[in-house]
Amino acid sequence: MAEEQKKVRFVIERQDGPNEKPYTQEFDVDYRPGLNVVAALMEIQKHPVTVDGKRVAPVTWECNCLEKVCGACMMVINGKARQACCSLVDKLDQPIHLAPARTFPVIRDLLIDRSVMFESLKRIQGWVEIDGTWEVKDAPIQNPYTAQTAYEISHCMTCGCCLEACPNVGPQSDFIGPAPTVQAYLFNLHPLGKFDAPKRLNALMQKGGITSCGNSQNCVEVCPKNIKLTTYLAQLNRDVNKQALKNIFNH
Amino acid sequence: MANKPENKIIVVGGGLSGLMATLKICEGGGKVDLFSYCPVKRSHSLCAQGGINACMDTKGEHDSIYEHFDDTVYGGDFLADQLAVKGMVEAAPKLIKMFDRMGVPFTRTPEGVLDLRNFGGQKNKRTCFAGSTTGQQLLYALDEQVRRWEVKGGVKKYEFWEFIRIIKNKDGICRGIVAQNMNSMEIVSFPADVVILATGGPGQVYGRCTASTICNGSAVSSVYQQGAELGNPEFLQIHPTAIPGSDKNRLMSEACRGEGGRVWVYRKNPQTGEKERWYFLEDMYPAYGNLVPRDVASRAIYKVVVHMGLGMHNPNRVYLDLSHIPADYLERKLGGILEMYDDFVGKDPRKVPMEIFPSIHYSMGGIWVDREHHTNIPGLMASGECDYQYHGANRLGANSLLSAAYSGTISGPESLRYARSGKNGEPLTDAEMEAARQSAVDEFEKILQMNGPENAHQLHHELGDIMYKYVSVERDNNGLRECVEELKKILKRWENIGITDRGHWANQEAMFVRQLRNMIIYAMAITQSALQRDESRGAHAKIILEKDWNDMAPDLKERVTKKHGEFHFDKETGRATDDKGDLVFMERDDTKFMRTTIVKFDQENEMPVVSYREFEHSLIKPRLRNYAVAKKE
Repeated sequence: MAEEQKKVRFVIERQDGPNEKPYTQEFDVDYRPGLNVVAALMEIQKHPVTVDGKRVAPVTWECNCLEKVCGACMMVINGKARQACCSLVDKLDQPIHLAPARTFPVIRDLLIDRSVMFESLKRIQGWVEIDGTWEVKDAPIQNPYTAQTAYEISHCMTCGCCLEACPNVGPQSDFIGPAPTVQAYLFNLHPLGKFDAPKRLNALMQKGGITSCGNSQNCVEVCPKNIKLTTYLAQLNRDVNKQALKNIFNH
Repeated sequence: MANKPENKIIVVGGGLSGLMATLKICEGGGKVDLFSYCPVKRSHSLCAQGGINACMDTKGEHDSIYEHFDDTVYGGDFLADQLAVKGMVEAAPKLIKMFDRMGVPFTRTPEGVLDLRNFGGQKNKRTCFAGSTTGQQLLYALDEQVRRWEVKGGVKKYEFWEFIRIIKNKDGICRGIVAQNMNSMEIVSFPADVVILATGGPGQVYGRCTASTICNGSAVSSVYQQGAELGNPEFLQIHPTAIPGSDKNRLMSEACRGEGGRVWVYRKNPQTGEKERWYFLEDMYPAYGNLVPRDVASRAIYKVVVHMGLGMHNPNRVYLDLSHIPADYLERKLGGILEMYDDFVGKDPRKVPMEIFPSIHYSMGGIWVDREHHTNIPGLMASGECDYQYHGANRLGANSLLSAAYSGTISGPESLRYARSGKNGEPLTDAEMEAARQSAVDEFEKILQMNGPENAHQLHHELGDIMYKYVSVERDNNGLRECVEELKKILKRWENIGITDRGHWANQEAMFVRQLRNMIIYAMAITQSALQRDESRGAHAKIILEKDWNDMAPDLKERVTKKHGEFHFDKETGRATDDKGDLVFMERDDTKFMRTTIVKFDQENEMPVVSYREFEHSLIKPRLRNYAVAKKE
């Protein structure tokens, strides 16, 4: 009994280069249980032929770990920014629409340039100012509950879902976005990192800092790591205000 | 300090080892050009889940650095350089404190000190961890510190650049690299005082594995083809517990077993005939139970599934069960990975047992290096998974994050010392740089013209199938010989690849074609080394065929018969099989094979040439490995 192979249709928004015009192409991929969007794109690589039978260049995208920890394969799937590797076809409406996250410059097809996020991490001084990698003495003991909060925030994989979802990130604003902002909170929690908390808070007072957050709450909805972004943004907002007052009275 | 000349070191790879080396170089006053396929924050080190071993001895178990040393050497089946291992385990507690100061959110005890957990092949709690995403947290800490140095001007990152090859000066000293921008496709030569490769493992040679898509071993293969020796490439770790998938086998951390997870299948009770859960690891290895090392667990799963036919409804699965452990405990200790099982399989492992199977995971072998991490090519160093050091024939869980970080603390400072020693000869001339660049450009342009019927990704898939078939958990010489022939065919078919994308912008297809050739050539080195090592040791387990038996030394024969009693050679497979139906493996042969495999590339016929080299093993006398009983020292 020859059963007909079930197919999954993908409608992919493509673009040959940063300044080229976007266009769409459709591909059919053989269905199998557990199929995810990256696995489907890999099948297209093996057989880059559109539904019209046209042989085309394989779709370009970025991926590494396929386990939802590296953050590379973020794209817009059926209108929502998410990681492609853990987007199971069974849980998506078909045909499945793939598009690049256009909050960021498109390099090609689904491949985008997220370097702005890494630059923002420099701006908020996202590190603990250790003296060096050499031995000094024992590291300080930490409150296990605070450490657990730090662990939650430290899952942020700089994927950019929250920036793509945020209405305040874009050409109309210079907001650095939820992910890098909330990283400041992470380092302010650390027993050594908190020594530089005023520097980070002052950085967030600048243009594009926390005052650009419009509290639309979209970020927390899309975070693939379920980081309570809005909670920490609110906390940071209070900390920044306190710092502003300190700045006034200490002068 | 003021008079020191400015030294430029190229580090290729931004995982734990590359970043650690980078920090050390910056602290030593050197400058780093850091090359990576991806933003370094997305490197594969972040996939390590369970933890990092260090003797912290905070659990009242009288753990000692010596015990860590002995566990590592014993676990590696006495093929690791013992002085190198000793240096690593001694440094481990200091590294943990460094990571703690950097802000790694380690899981803590109620009083706020670092918690420790059990891990395979170790009887004491010795594994520091940050939930179940330890690699991610360690990598981020180094990424942050490197970013700090980037701001200070010590580091220039070349992210989305692919390493193509090293450039040697007229005296054969490595003084630079050729790399390609993965977007603009521009190919450029970069000069340096010393080059450190920290490019990770070759998992993609097997196609589906626990490694990231970027772990293709292409850089290692490239320098191997330029004269770098490989060490022990036949030793690949098969992780017993992965979630099989068509795009990737996803790792299910050993921490599951460390926190009390049990591995089982259904069977008929041999006495009563009733259907029961058989906790076969606990049954076979009473002393270590579910916490036997990975090679031992993988072979046991193969035995139960492949040879005894006790797999699940889907034949290639066994159960890894956490459902008896309280949900809040699981959440605190294993949160991240349980969520992953849910994400990718759609079932909750807190409620139902997970279905898992062994998968290629880690390469103990790699580029041969000395204890300071120099390769045999002067000026070229290697560190991290891409080198062969520290793990011998099998790596213990949670020793990989340790070896990655530790090797960076050696290779980094040593690269500066070497650069300042004056031994690194003349810098490259413009002509040498241009010649190297041009040859890489020519090679790339040739790939863009490829017009045959083969699809590179399809060919890669077949390469993985072949390697899994012949060079995985159970190997025999017939299969390995067959594999060499199959690989020659694959290499031939590589010539017939056709390209659909001939453009010069973000052409991932053409880059993959170049990587694939390197992968095939590395696969040859793995297979040829496996073929020539006629013994079983750690991850390399070889089944006896009749010819092997006839050639075997009397003392080894005696050990085999003592273990198995009578056995025969199976008519179909030719494999030695005992009366219980168990496969009969070769024994470890210290007389002949307690040596490092050295593989050199023969430029003429593109085949590997295998020889053996003595190594340092004077500190702990070799003894046979047996996890059915508690380890004796």
